[in-house]
Amino acid sequence: MIEEKVIIAKDLTRTFGKFTAVDHISFDVKRGEIFGFLGANGAGKTTAIKMLTGILSSSSGQATVAGFDINKDRNRLKENIGYMSQKFSLYEDLTLKENIKFYGGIYGLNNAEIAKKTGEIVERLDLQEIENTLIAEIPLGWKQKIAFSVAIVHNPKIVFLDEPTSGVDPITRRQFWNLIYEAAENGITVFVTTHYMDEAEYCDRISMMVEGRIEALGSLQELLTKYEATSMDEVFIKLAR
Amino acid sequence: MKTFFVFVSKEFKHIFRDKRTLIILFGMPVVLVILFGFAITTEINNAHIAVLDLSKDSYSRKLQDKIAASGYFYIEDELQSFKEIEKSFSTGKIKLAVVIGNNFGKKLITGQNAEVQIVADASDPNTANIISNYLMAIIQNFTAESGVLSPINLNIETRMLYNPENKSVFMFVPGVMTIILMLVSAMMTSITIAREKELGTMEILLVSPLRPFVITLGKVVPYLALSIINAMTILLLGLFVFHMPMHGSYPLLFTEVSLFVLSSLILGLLISTLADTQQTAMLGSMMGLMLPTILLSGFIFPVSSMPMILQYISNLLPAKWFIIIIKSIMLKGAGLESIAFETAMIVLITFILGILTVKKFKIRLE
Repeated sequence: MIEEKVIIAKDLTRTFGKFTAVDHISFDVKRGEIFGFLGANGAGKTTAIKMLTGILSSSSGQATVAGFDINKDRNRLKENIGYMSQKFSLYEDLTLKENIKFYGGIYGLNNAEIAKKTGEIVERLDLQEIENTLIAEIPLGWKQKIAFSVAIVHNPKIVFLDEPTSGVDPITRRQFWNLIYEAAENGITVFVTTHYMDEAEYCDRISMMVEGRIEALGSLQELLTKYEATSMDEVFIKLAR
Repeated sequence: MKTFFVFVSKEFKHIFRDKRTLIILFGMPVVLVILFGFAITTEINNAHIAVLDLSKDSYSRKLQDKIAASGYFYIEDELQSFKEIEKSFSTGKIKLAVVIGNNFGKKLITGQNAEVQIVADASDPNTANIISNYLMAIIQNFTAESGVLSPINLNIETRMLYNPENKSVFMFVPGVMTIILMLVSAMMTSITIAREKELGTMEILLVSPLRPFVITLGKVVPYLALSIINAMTILLLGLFVFHMPMHGSYPLLFTEVSLFVLSSLILGLLISTLADTQQTAMLGSMMGLMLPTILLSGFIFPVSSMPMILQYISNLLPAKWFIIIIKSIMLKGAGLESIAFETAMIVLITFILGILTVKKFKIRLE
C-alpha cells in the first residue's frame, strides 16, 4: 500500500523584497501523521504556514495541501484544513456553543451537524456545565482544548497548529496532546509548530528550520542518532549554531 | 449565502453584548441632538440690557417700550450717567447698553440727527454682534413707524428665508446627523475589524473558506443597518422635538443618507487596513475623521469664511457636501436636480476611497 501524502512541498520559497523568509524548502507529510515543525523565532515557520494555509502566495516552488495547489486552488484547500493559532482565537463575547455554531457555520455545516458536533465536543471535554458560558469566563487551559476541537469541527484532512501550547501548564499540555493523538488516530493529519523541545518528542517526524531552510528532517530517533544527541534540546542547540 | 448570515448574526451578537458599543450607537445620537439643540444656541431671548436715557421725553420712552416689547431684550436697569455703564458691564448683569442722546424727540421731529448709541460687551463677540444687529433693526423700525423724516429714508426689511426664526437647531440637526453617521459607520467598522485582528480571530477567518469579500460585507452590513436607524432617530428628534420642517422627499433623503453612509463605511475599511489595534483605529477615526468633520465641514464654522487652503481641504470631505444636501432637502425642499453637484462629489470621493481601499486590501492579502 502506498502511503497517501497530504502535504507535498517542493522548493517552496517566499521572499519579501531582498529578504528570503522561506528558502527552497521541500518535504512531505503523510496522512494521519503528527508532523512537528520546529525552529527558532524568525526562522520562517509562520511564513511557511501562511503559504500552506493559502493566505500568502509563494514566490517560487510548488506545494499541494490535501491535494490542492496552494496558489491556484485556495478555496478548496481552505475547506479541507483547520487552523489554530497560539491566541486560541475564540470569540470571548460568545458562549461555547455559539463559538462552535459560528465556526461550524462558516465551514458550511448544517444545523444538524452542528448540533451533533456540539454534543460530541461537550461530552468529550466534559463541558456540560459551561456550554452556555461566555468564553471570556472560561479558564485558559479549557479554552485551548475548546479551540482545538473547534479547529477540527469540520473534520478537515489536516489541522495546522501554530504554537498551540504556549502559556499553559504541563498537565494541560499533556491532556492537549492526548486530543492531538486522538485526532491523528481518526485520520486527521496534524502539522504543529512548537517551542517546547520535549513536545517535539511526541511527534512522528520532526523538521527543523534554521534561517528559512529545513536543516534536519526525520523521526526523533533518526535525528538523535544523526546529531549524536540525547535529547531534542541538544539537536536544536547544535543546529541553531 | 448561509455563511454570510452566520457571519452577520455573529456581528449582531458582538454589538448587542457590548454595553459601550450600545451606548455609542443609541445613546450618543440622542444626547448630541438634545445637547446641540438646547444648550448650544445662537438665538437670543431676553438678552439683559441697560438703558441710559438722556432725553426722558415721550419719544425716548416709546423707543424703550418698543425694545422691551420685542421679546428679545429685557431692560435690566435704567442708568443715570455714563459712569454706570462700565459698572453694569463689569458686574456681568448686562450684555449691552443703549444710550439715547439729548433732545431725542425734538431732533426726530425737526429732522436733525437723533442719536442713539449702542455699547455691546464684545468679550463674547458672536453674541455682541447678533444682539446689536437685532437692536439696530428695532431702532430702524421705530424711526420708520414714527413717521418722521429720517435722514436716511430707507426702510430695510430683512427676511430670513428657510429659517425665519433663525433657529440654530436647523443647523445642528443636519450637522449632528452627519457626525453620528460618520462615527457609527467609519469608526465602529474600523474598530470591529481591528478587534478581530487584535484577538487573532481574523487569522482564523482568513484561513477559513470565507471569501475576504464576504468577511468585509459581513462587517459592513450590520453597521449600515444601524446607521439608517440612527439617521431615522435623529430625523424624528429634529421633526418632533425641535419642529424642524421637512419640505423635501423622504426617498431622496434616505438615498442620500445611504450614499453618505456607504462613503463612511469605505473610509472605515480604509482605516482598518492601516490599523492593527482597536486603539489605533479609534485614534485614527477621531483625528482623521471627527475633528476635520466637525471643524471643516461647515457644521459649526461657515466654510466661506475659512482661509482658501482650508476651503479646498473641506471640499474633500463627504460631510461638507452631505450637510448641504440635508439642509437643501429638509429646509428648501430641494429635488435631485438642485443637489446633483453635491451628490456627484460624494459619489466621486466614495469611488476614489473605494479604489484606495481595494488596493490596500490586496497588498495585505498578497
